[in-house]
Amino acid sequence: MPGAVSVTASLKPSASPAPIMEMPMVEIEHLSLWYGTKIALKDISMSIPKHRVTAYIGPSGCGKSTLLRCLNRMNDLVDGVRIEGSIRMGGTDINDPGLDVTDLRKRVGMVFQKSNPFPKSVFENVAYGPRILGVRNQSDLEGIVERSLKGAALWDEVSDRLRDSALGLSGGQQQRLCIARAIAVEPDVLLMDEPCSALDPIATAKIEELMLDLKNSYTIVIVTHNMQQAARVSDHTGFMLLGELVEFGVTRQLFTNPREKQTEDYITGRFG
Amino acid sequence: MRTRVRRIFASGEPFIWLTGGALTLSLLLVAGLIGLILYNGLGFFWPRDVLRATLADGKILTGQIVDREPVPGAVDQHRIKLKVANRDLYGADFQWVDEKQITRREYPPDIAVIERTEWGLLIGVLKEVRDGGRPVAVGAGATWDEVQRRLPEAARVRREIQRIETDAIGVVNAQQEKIRLRLKGLELRGIGQGPEAEALRAQLAPLQEKYALEEARLVALRTSQSATVVVVADGGKEKELPLSQVVDVRFPNAMSGVAKSAYYAGRVWEFVADDPRESNTEGGVFPAIFGTVMMVLIMSIVVTPLGVLAAFYLREYARQGAFVSAVRIAVNNLAGVPSIVFGVFGVGFFIYLVGGSIDRFFYPEALPTPTYGTGGILWAALTLALLTVPVVIVATEEGLAAIPRGAREASLALSATKLETTLRVVLPAVMPSILTGLILAMARAAGEVAPLMITGVVKLAPALPLDGTWPFLHMDRKFMHLGFHIYDVGFQSPNVDAARPMVFATTLLLLLIVVFLNLFAISMRNRLRRKYATSAV
Repeated sequence: MPGAVSVTASLKPSASPAPIMEMPMVEIEHLSLWYGTKIALKDISMSIPKHRVTAYIGPSGCGKSTLLRCLNRMNDLVDGVRIEGSIRMGGTDINDPGLDVTDLRKRVGMVFQKSNPFPKSVFENVAYGPRILGVRNQSDLEGIVERSLKGAALWDEVSDRLRDSALGLSGGQQQRLCIARAIAVEPDVLLMDEPCSALDPIATAKIEELMLDLKNSYTIVIVTHNMQQAARVSDHTGFMLLGELVEFGVTRQLFTNPREKQTEDYITGRFG
Repeated sequence: MRTRVRRIFASGEPFIWLTGGALTLSLLLVAGLIGLILYNGLGFFWPRDVLRATLADGKILTGQIVDREPVPGAVDQHRIKLKVANRDLYGADFQWVDEKQITRREYPPDIAVIERTEWGLLIGVLKEVRDGGRPVAVGAGATWDEVQRRLPEAARVRREIQRIETDAIGVVNAQQEKIRLRLKGLELRGIGQGPEAEALRAQLAPLQEKYALEEARLVALRTSQSATVVVVADGGKEKELPLSQVVDVRFPNAMSGVAKSAYYAGRVWEFVADDPRESNTEGGVFPAIFGTVMMVLIMSIVVTPLGVLAAFYLREYARQGAFVSAVRIAVNNLAGVPSIVFGVFGVGFFIYLVGGSIDRFFYPEALPTPTYGTGGILWAALTLALLTVPVVIVATEEGLAAIPRGAREASLALSATKLETTLRVVLPAVMPSILTGLILAMARAAGEVAPLMITGVVKLAPALPLDGTWPFLHMDRKFMHLGFHIYDVGFQSPNVDAARPMVFATTLLLLLIVVFLNLFAISMRNRLRRKYATSAV
């Protein structure tokens, strides 16, 4: 397997579009990002296929979370961020200054590394997004909450304590609640920033199973430290290093037959 | 030797002793202060026994022992301080007596201690009751029966007189003043004659009639009070006291422990619920309690939104940098400006500038008498709000800084705007910190005296800032305040010795009010904390 990578392959430009022939949900072209004067993402181009799980792997600080946060413009919150290139979603550039960022975030939900339920009841957590979007009718809200909790495979565990504080749930339940909260507004894309890094193996397994269910309805982009996880759940994987997308391709191929030397070194544990 | 010393230090033991010692010292000082206040304040209301001391030269002194101390310069000798009262008869309330000179001590049960509306306590033996100059009951027993029979009626009449003076006549006066001001306002606009002015003048006549009627009732009530009680004090001095001035008669030497306790409770209630008498040295402090609490509440209503909004801008919207840091330092240092400086600012800005302008635009007819252009509860509360706003800003800012980033991001990622995030996520989470700031601010405001002295506190306010006449809440009125009351009674009163226990009692009350206000705010904060506990991760 290691020997399968040719020297010429590693000399190819890292930003070469990956040969993925599926319907793209998000298209990233020549994306670069600076924090002040420090460059964090270098000329990244790729497309994220619809209704698939796309994973980013790479060592800490390689820019995979930054790339993920570009997709719902969470980087706007950071002072001194500069972005070049384009990210197109359904034909519009999401970095267009005329675009309402709240509209974008309606379409792109996010689940964070640390589960961060609001200090409110389970019900209110899930109903938060719909309420923001203007759903007032109580029975509508109840329907949305039930559907979302079922979608996040949490309904059976919390249906009898919807009015209790969400902070009383276990870590894994809290993370699934965050997923339910994100899908309550029915986004097109679901971003997951290392969603299992703080969870035990059983809770992790539940969330991975959930992701395989969710990809029928949502396009999922996940950042993970855990290569086995990427191998288990994702259809496509991108390997990032020092702000560059070194390799992007079908997961099975990337793990069994990487084109790049650096990818191979990383997945075989030579660094990272 | 050196290694031993080093080992002791390395063990950490001395540091534990040092920290523990510092805590103990602070606690002891505070406990001592509170103990002193409790001892002096609570003892004030206890009906002490009355001692009749016969001196070596045959003189008799009757009074309550309030103090005992060694005679300066003499060995093993003590002297006692007697409260002989009867200020109008003897000229002084207190007398020092060397114990050595006392040949006989007794506690006769027939000595009456009479509380009256003027001149402080009267201590002596009841002799007779007179009505219109004729004796109707003679002898201690008969006099006491007669006094008991007549006292409730006298008290009722006294209350009625007070009601007419303050309420009935007060209302008529207020209405007359209002009409007078409206007439003056018409004159200022150059229509001093005409139907409108005539209509107003026509309203004055019935008011004057009403006034005369109430006045007549007052006179009738006053003259109906012809009964007097005669009391014999030390040295055979007699005092004829109108029964209408008697508040309460008691015989401490004949009272049982239970009776004394009941009396004690009554006195405490009177202290809390009654108006002051005798230039604040007697009676209660109710107006001061009311003024303090109300001023603190108005201040809270002003300072909370102001401080919270300022903190939100500083932490949530302002670009963090040198300028914001400088503002933050300045805000923190504001808390160190002497409070009297805030008072001076309050006088210059609120009273003269803002109040003066309000008077010119809205109350020109009352000028030159100022309405808002003089000290009042509103200006005092605003001045204190200014004084305490740094506390609220600092506490709120710290609360905002402690909210995990994840909470805000979660909300923003759900397509909430920054404003929606602030209102739905940040504000509930920061609520406990806001209340912490408010608790500190209220404690500071309740104890502050200096700025109030020049912005609206008075020794004796004729009316509460809240009453039954329109517009009910009189923000322009001057008010009484417990802190100032302490200063006034303790240092400005004509009879400091007699008033001193009152100082401690008032201090105790002020402490209790601050504790009560704080407990209320703390319980609210704890409820919010449980409700909006920020996530553990």
